[in-house]
Amino acid sequence: MIAQPAYESQRLGMKYFAAAITLFGVMIVAGLAAAASYVVPGFLPGLPFSIQKILHIDTLIIWLLMGFLGSIYYLLPLEYKRDLVGMKLANAVFWIFCGTVAAVALTFIFVQIGPGTEKTLWLVNQGRKYVEAPRWASVIITIGIAVFMYNVIATAVLAKRMTGVLWVLIADLVPLFALYLIAFPAITNMSADQFWWWWLVHFWVEATWEVLMACIVAIMLMQLLNTKRNIVETWLYIEVALVLGTGVLGIGHHYFWIGAPKYWMGIGGLFSALEPLPLLGMVVHAIYDAGEHKMQVANRPAFFWMLAEAFGNFIGAGIWGFMITLPQVNMFAHGTQWTASHGHFAFWGAYGCGVITVIYLALQHQRKAESFNGTAWKWGFGMLNLGMIGMAGALLVSGMTQAFYERAIGGSTLSAFIAAQQNPWFVEGMWMRLASGLLFAGGYFVLVYDFLTIGRRVEVTAPAAPVLSGSAGD
Amino acid sequence: MAFGDPRFWRSGAISSIAVMVVVLVMLTANTLASMRVGGKHVPPYTIINYSIDYQPNADTGVYQPVIGAPQAFFGKTYSPSEAAATMREGKLAIQSHACMDCHTFFGNGAYYAPDLTRAWLDPAWKNVWMPMTQSSTREEAMARFLMAPEKYATWSRKMPDLHISRNEAVSIVAYLKWLSAVDTNGFPNGFTTK
Repeated sequence: MIAQPAYESQRLGMKYFAAAITLFGVMIVAGLAAAASYVVPGFLPGLPFSIQKILHIDTLIIWLLMGFLGSIYYLLPLEYKRDLVGMKLANAVFWIFCGTVAAVALTFIFVQIGPGTEKTLWLVNQGRKYVEAPRWASVIITIGIAVFMYNVIATAVLAKRMTGVLWVLIADLVPLFALYLIAFPAITNMSADQFWWWWLVHFWVEATWEVLMACIVAIMLMQLLNTKRNIVETWLYIEVALVLGTGVLGIGHHYFWIGAPKYWMGIGGLFSALEPLPLLGMVVHAIYDAGEHKMQVANRPAFFWMLAEAFGNFIGAGIWGFMITLPQVNMFAHGTQWTASHGHFAFWGAYGCGVITVIYLALQHQRKAESFNGTAWKWGFGMLNLGMIGMAGALLVSGMTQAFYERAIGGSTLSAFIAAQQNPWFVEGMWMRLASGLLFAGGYFVLVYDFLTIGRRVEVTAPAAPVLSGSAGD
Repeated sequence: MAFGDPRFWRSGAISSIAVMVVVLVMLTANTLASMRVGGKHVPPYTIINYSIDYQPNADTGVYQPVIGAPQAFFGKTYSPSEAAATMREGKLAIQSHACMDCHTFFGNGAYYAPDLTRAWLDPAWKNVWMPMTQSSTREEAMARFLMAPEKYATWSRKMPDLHISRNEAVSIVAYLKWLSAVDTNGFPNGFTTK
């Protein structure tokens, strides 16, 4: 188990975790508002659906990004065996980052949109999905990522220590930074604009983020399960080869309908169909690890959330993505709630569960508890995952209704859109999604309660209470 | 090197990624040439001076834009520079009003409101909004709707008033007309224009 003292960069990691979990809550509130707007139009007067949606998906990106930064800042000293370089600058960037997020959120809530000028894109809203933040804020985020890269790379140089995990991490940060520069242009030609926009969205979410998460999981496996380095690094290379080997050309599944040549249908269909392969590998390994440790580890919440990450990633990103990735199906499913079903499940499985895993691991370390267990985390785990399964299932029902009635039968006209939106299957799916969202929100509060109290409650095994220590240790 | 040696898999990862990236770069160059304005899939901006339809190809059955006879747009013919400037204004108006966070373009965006890829061609403009807005042309009906969407709402999920000016409305309508002429490999399938 981890036994090193807390480094400055680990303290910064904890700050990022706190900010990430706060934004996770904002994301849920905005998501509930958007969900309610489907069943009760005009649910929030003065805050249109578009702004609710922006707040929901932008906080999604930022809470996960902050979770990744926190994870790396927390775990990396364990790899380097020393603190990270440039922590004063990194701390300053953290507060600037938080201030920027707050300022952008207030701009979205109170200003919302502006006239059709470049000035609006710089100061108010860029109007490009996931990267709506005005350009001034995007500049700050770019600088923040650059400082993060400096922390990681400069430390490697000074420490004169490079492991396989560190090589992969550093190689991954370069495209992560470069791709974000695509957040700035406003190309007039919509086809070209979406071509490059997908480079940012796809290569972040389905490539660089996957690799980043793989690095985080690799370090966690060594810390959580004491897995040997050569095994972890072998799997890391295999996963990177599969993720990028399938994911680079897998971008083609976003190019079917944007005005690109037809050959993307074959290339995108084939390679994106292969994208679940590395995710399947993770599931296989997770089952093996769980069996090998007889489901008994010192940090049970972290272990179960890591299992949830493997299964959630495979089912949400892999299977749900595969359902709609072939062009024959995508023609009818694309741009419906079916896509939203996949998006919710995939982001949660691939990244949300992973960040929560690291937080549990870090908390155990911070609170110097020999093991972590209890009841609250199980409720949080159950409510959040059941809520997500409910949302993904409900959106799937609504999405399939759209695919049938709006796309296949109606031909995607306005009247076909309205007919599908008023279909009882669609409407009931939307209500079910809202109900599942409320369950998910309840799980969030239990999770936060557990984060605040686990390791401090009497039921948790502590070093001073050997009578309980046999219940969870491996 | 044995299969259990991480260096073997590292070499495999580097070589497979390198191959994929090279292929991607080559395809990107070809794709961007095909998608430039006036290229094989993306029409010139002056397409707004023509009538546009959307029909299945007689041989393949795949839906595609059909360009017809010259047609005045807001009562005039746009020169290439005027059309390009109008498209720029239209795209800026679309982004600054966050249209993509309720609607989709090419199916990408938010799913609260209808896809706008073929919005120009939607029969509802002629059947519903031209009489409702007392407009004699499709483009005029669209512009009047965009400037007062709550006044001309047709169902409970109303588009909010986004304070769109007359100039912005005209440029957005022009943009949507140009967009409807992009060859999207048949998406959306079965869209009826009549």
